[in-house]
Amino acid sequence: MLHLTCPNCGQMVDETDLHAGGQAHITRHGAGASDADFEDYLFMRKNPKGVHFERWRHVYGCGKWFHAARCTTTLQVFGTYSAQTLTPPKPLITKIKKLRPEWEGFEK
Amino acid sequence: MKRYSAFAIAKNAVNYHRGWERAWAKPEPKPEYDAIIIGAGGHGLATAYYLGKNYGITNVAIVEKGWLGGGNTGRNTTIIRSNYLQDPSAAIYEKARSLYETMSQDLNYNVMFSPRGVMMLAQTEHEVRGYQRTAHANALQGVETKFISPQRVKQLCPIIELSGPRFPVLGALWQPRGGTARHDAVAWGYARACSDMGMDVIQQCEVTGITQSGGQVTGIETTKGVMKTKKLGIVVAGNSGHLADMGGFRLPLESVSLQALVSEPVKPCMDVVVMANTVHGYMSQSDKGEMVIGGGTDGFNSYTQRGSFHHLEETVRALIETFPMVSRLKMLRHWGGIVDVTGDRSPIISKTPLGGCFINCGWGTGGFKAIPGSGWAMAELMSTGETQGLAAEFGLNRFQEGRFIDESVAAGVAH
Repeated sequence: MLHLTCPNCGQMVDETDLHAGGQAHITRHGAGASDADFEDYLFMRKNPKGVHFERWRHVYGCGKWFHAARCTTTLQVFGTYSAQTLTPPKPLITKIKKLRPEWEGFEK
Repeated sequence: MKRYSAFAIAKNAVNYHRGWERAWAKPEPKPEYDAIIIGAGGHGLATAYYLGKNYGITNVAIVEKGWLGGGNTGRNTTIIRSNYLQDPSAAIYEKARSLYETMSQDLNYNVMFSPRGVMMLAQTEHEVRGYQRTAHANALQGVETKFISPQRVKQLCPIIELSGPRFPVLGALWQPRGGTARHDAVAWGYARACSDMGMDVIQQCEVTGITQSGGQVTGIETTKGVMKTKKLGIVVAGNSGHLADMGGFRLPLESVSLQALVSEPVKPCMDVVVMANTVHGYMSQSDKGEMVIGGGTDGFNSYTQRGSFHHLEETVRALIETFPMVSRLKMLRHWGGIVDVTGDRSPIISKTPLGGCFINCGWGTGGFKAIPGSGWAMAELMSTGETQGLAAEFGLNRFQEGRFIDESVAAGVAH
């Protein structure tokens, strides 16, 4: 079972207390955007085989959203962090690069 | 290829069954093919088969990283139905269902298609209305379905509990021509037929790159060397995103794990397929007597081919509510498959931004039932290069244009 630490309340909880919210750090496009941008925002997803950044909500706990970095092939969790950011924190990126030298980086 | 028949069994019995030939060849890759299909699951093999049968293209390779039919084709709950709501889905799923009826004769391979009937239980007022709507839509589409009463449900499936504690059975959407088939046999039958047409089914050959030049596909790099082609079909279900990445384009889908489990074999007790979407459990009995049970998907992206345990608990809880007699059954096996889910829960059979490269993916939690129809449509698309016929509505561009084929009710949960 997947265990994540909620960075908002500091509790380590299992996935039954959480709600998965899909890919994190998606650029939001609204009124006036091109069709391609809007499609990107609504439907296009990275779906990587490996390191993935996701949104999670601690529904049966503090109720707040947070982000997690996780491997989709091994379910290894690299870390969780506050949702109040546009990019993953630098120390986490460094940690993942060390653990997974073949990883092409967050921008890919 | 020597034909399988009762006579062939008798003839080979005389030689203690030593005279059978290999069902399909084990070829070495050639440097160039007219068309290459990545993925030797049901959909990939069916695509190759109809490329040969309907369009005479037989210089084809089907490359597979594992063994044929070892992905979702061998991991599903083998349910075949076509009771979808929207016209494009009803057309392709009904085509598939009708092709299943004649598949054994067509392929000269017994796929054990059993049109035992599929019922989808309505357990809330909303579901009753939803399924009545589907039944009316199906009537207009020429798909035979009917909304039936709880009494008829009990008559068709005596082991069911109608007055469950949480959700009593209020009726069901009944498709008498739906049923099940032997999933491995579908892959094996197609592989044998493809091999017989001179196609190369290359197993244990993983694609490591897609080569292109000037926006056109030129071939693939694999663990067994480079193969050139001008027509490439990607038919790899859960790994579609990974292959699209090699082709340099993105897809509107996410891969999640879907679980299933099977019980110890018991005496025949259920001769229909029952799906209960509200409590989320579905069950049928295989010819060996095992109860085949479908579970739920994980909420998060995964390529692990296993799922979360709490989903199993939910599934079993739903089944015990619906079929109290299964509470004493021991479960024998449990597994997961990686399904690629799109935003509107409908598949993608489409050209891609890369010229000459076509993709068939996004079947999500219910691809097995569609295998022949999907192959038929994909072969049509690959041979003509034009978006027409069955595949017409399933293009990638529908997400940009907002022409969704919304099947979240028919396809979102159970299969």
